This record gives sequence, structure tokens and C-alpha cells, in this order.
Amino acid sequence: MPDPASEKPKTPCSGNCSCAGGNTTPPASANGTTRRAVLKGIGATLGIAAYAKALAPLTELTKQTSMDEFLQKHYKELSKDEIATVLKRLTRETKEQYGADVTINDPKPIDGVKFGYALNLSICNGCRKCAEACHIENNHDRPSHQSYIRVFEMTKGSMDFEKANAHYDHPVPQPDKYYMPVQCQQCEHPPCVDVCPVEATWKEKDGIVVVDYNWCIGCRYCEAACPYHARRFNWQKPQIPAAEINPVQSYLSNRIRPQGVMEKCTFCLHRTRNGRLPACLEACPTGARVFGDLNDPNSEIRWVLENKRVFVLKEELGLKPQFFYFFDE
Amino acid sequence: MSRLLKKHPGLAWIALVVFTSVCSLAVLWAQKNRSTTAVAPAVKSEAKPDLHPVTIKPGPPTPRLDTGLKDPHGKPITVACSTCHSTTTPNADRKTAHDLVQAHRGLSYAHGNLTCLSCHNAKDYDTLHLADGRSVAFPDVMTLCAQCHGTAMRDYTHGSHGGMTGHWDLTRGPRVKNNCVNCHDPHHPKFPLVKPVLPPRDRISVPKEPAGNDKH
Repeated sequence: MPDPASEKPKTPCSGNCSCAGGNTTPPASANGTTRRAVLKGIGATLGIAAYAKALAPLTELTKQTSMDEFLQKHYKELSKDEIATVLKRLTRETKEQYGADVTINDPKPIDGVKFGYALNLSICNGCRKCAEACHIENNHDRPSHQSYIRVFEMTKGSMDFEKANAHYDHPVPQPDKYYMPVQCQQCEHPPCVDVCPVEATWKEKDGIVVVDYNWCIGCRYCEAACPYHARRFNWQKPQIPAAEINPVQSYLSNRIRPQGVMEKCTFCLHRTRNGRLPACLEACPTGARVFGDLNDPNSEIRWVLENKRVFVLKEELGLKPQFFYFFDE
Repeated sequence: MSRLLKKHPGLAWIALVVFTSVCSLAVLWAQKNRSTTAVAPAVKSEAKPDLHPVTIKPGPPTPRLDTGLKDPHGKPITVACSTCHSTTTPNADRKTAHDLVQAHRGLSYAHGNLTCLSCHNAKDYDTLHLADGRSVAFPDVMTLCAQCHGTAMRDYTHGSHGGMTGHWDLTRGPRVKNNCVNCHDPHHPKFPLVKPVLPPRDRISVPKEPAGNDKH
């Protein structure tokens, strides 16, 4: 390679640049590095760095995710034995990650039962005890105060959620306000299920819309599709002290969710499918909540639907919620 | 009969048609009757024996006044309401609490237009009384409340008023319901203002200002 410094330019370059006019050989420093080589080097380094960064989650995947979990089938495709294996693994993982001994079950819908929930707006006083009970029962992330129930403080005579306040922190009930707890309405035609690209969420026979937390990819389409803002996303791995973990858990409801998946109210199916009342109902000090089997003509929920002034939220959307609001006389 | 049939063979056919239609009508009528009356009680009696009970928490025990003294065993000495009230004259007109004396001082009272003796029994201060004069023990206070609060009692009976715990499905377990006075102070039944718990910390919609400044 000829040394350009030793050669005089044959024709001076008219441009105001440092090129050796007419000479096509790129300029190089004394030790032979060209600018092109430097740029190539920088480009290659950045490229490798970007590639490594892009692959980095895979190293975490092997750390956090076992091969069994990675290869786990969709909930509906799991056989009885496979479910038992999965539940065993999840129990072990909870012990490893949270230090708590829990029992994870998989209660199935009860034949012929369809769950319904009604809430009496005349007596709800907005104390948010239901939201707190949900927070504890469903093993929600402690620092974010996560809960499936959001209580809106509404102005009397108005149904305008734009003007509602879900962050009130003054003594309740205020005289010119009423309080409207909103949670999953377990729609008959759930838009959240329609939009899920991987069928990680579906409606069960007893009317409960559930999520397979191990199948969910965390795209949050369902969160956007829900007109009741009822779905929550796990932005971070839930933090719960071992002593506060509710050990009675189920696969489709209150087991501790992984980071990056959606979660939602399941009417406490780990309780209700065993005949018990939901945690939010038991916590309500006013008795504003009524829960039961819509198929049983003698149930309390049916009495409310037949005898009270009942409405559903955003009826015009035609989603047919199984959550009802009602008034006293 | 056979002679008649020989004379008019068509008559047999007519008789047959009439007989079948009468039979089918009878069957239909019987079915209709069964669906309206007979079936309903059968279902009820079938379901009842397996049901777990719905219990209502008892009301407060008969109140006794703590004298502040202790007996030789260290137990507080209490006296029955009737101990003092047997020597005082009942005041049937008292509707306010501000000039109450002795043990009743400081009572917060706001319960419509009732007087003390609307509920407390002047003949026996260790009991309450119904509107018709019958006495009611303190633990059975709900009978007394229900005299005026009929709609609340109706809703309570149908599970749409009053807190409860336990099972929605009584074939699987029992249920326990609150008594009126577990939540409502009988002297001041309106719910007091309470401080809400668990203020939400939403990533998306947490207000910039400290919570509580609802300027909406």
C-alpha cells in the first residue's frame, strides 16, 4: 500500500476537504488504519452489543423459567395427570420464590350453576373494604395496592365516570355522592376474550372469565378491550411477604401471578366453586353485595333481580354482564 | 249392544274416536295439574333436609351496669338496669339525650322521634318491649327493629341487606348473618362516616396532587 503522504496530488482538489485529489486510495494513518476500518469496527461492535442485549432475556429465562414451564401446554389441553404435575411444580416454585407453603387446587365449574353478583348502590358507603379484602384474598402485589375492585365516588344524579373519583381519601359517605364499586362484570359476550391473540382467556361454564397465566403473553389487548377497565397487568413480579400470602389458591384464580401477565376478578372461584361466598362480599360491612346462582329460582340473587330496580353498567354495549347494580326504594 | 253394532257398523268407529279423545284430554289435564301444584312442593321437600343452617348472630346480652368496684375474687361488680330503675319514675316523654344523668350521661341519641320507652320496657328495664306491649329479651332485638323497618327486614330476609359470611350454597355449608345491632347502634342507627381503606395506587391514573383533593 503506497503511502499517500509521500505522494503529491496530481491535480489539486477543488473541494474544501482533506482528500488527496484524484487519488482513489482512502487515507490511512501512519499505522495503516483506514477510516473505513474504524467505522466497520464500531459498526461491528455496536451490532454485537445490540445482538447480545436482544438475547439477554433468554439468559434470564433459563434462570426463572424451568423447561417444564416453557413446554407447558394450554390449560384446556392438560390431562388430569399433567395438571397435577403443574400444580405440584407451582407449589414448589411458590415455596422457592416466596418462602410460603401453599395449596394450589383446580376446582371445576359446578354443573348447572351460573354465578351472578348484584350490588346495592343505596347502601354502599364507599369504605373500600371490598377492595382491601380482594387485595388480601387474591395475593395481589402489596406495594401497588393492586385490587380487582375500583370504587368510584360519583356525584348523585350522574353516571359520568369522567367526573368520578377513584382516589378519594376523605371520610365517606359524603352527602352529595354515591359510591360505585366496579370489578369484572363476567360478560356473556366478553370482548377481552375475543381480542386475545393466543386464547389465553376464556369463559367457563359457570360464567367466569378466566386467564391461564402460563399461556398469557402479556400483550394487554384484553385490558384495552374491556369497557369496565377490569383487567390488571403485572408490571412487576408481585411482592408479598410470606406471612401475608393466602395459602388457599387455585390455578385459574388467586395463585401468585408471574410478571408480565394479565389478571382479573374471578368471583373468587377458589371459594365460590366450593360453595363459599366471595371475599369482597364477606368483607362488606353494609351488606350491599348479593351473590348466588342465577339458575336457582330460589336464590337471593334471583330475588334481587325480580324485585329490585336493577341495571347493568354500559348496557348499550350489549355485553350482557352478570354483575348487576340495584337500588332500594 | 252387539245387535246395535251390527245394525250400524260406523257407530263402533265413532265410539272409538270419542273414547281416545276423552282419554288424551284426561291425561293432558292431569299433567297440567301436576306441573302447577304437585311438582313444586316435591322439589322443596327434596332439597330441604340436606341444607345447612343460616344463623343470625344473637343480639347483645341483657346489659348490666359496671359499678367500677371489684368483688373479693377480682371480678367487676355489675348491677342490673332494674336495680336503679325500680326506684325511679319512668319518663315516657324523654326524646333527647342531652340532660340524661348518671350512667346514661354522654349517650349519643338520634333515632327518629322515638322516646326511650318506645323500646325500653318501663315494667321491666332488663327487657325491651314491642309496640303491643309484649316484652322482648335484648338478644331478640331484631323482632323489635322489624316492627318499623319492614322494608329493611324484607331485604334482610332475602339477603340483600346486612353483612354475612359463609356459604352461598347451603348444601355445602352454613351461613352466618349479622344482627341489626351488629352494624347499627340502636341509639344512633345511621352509619357513621368512615375513613376508606387501601387508597389505590394506579400506575396510570394516580393524581399528581396528594389524594383527597377531588376537584372534580
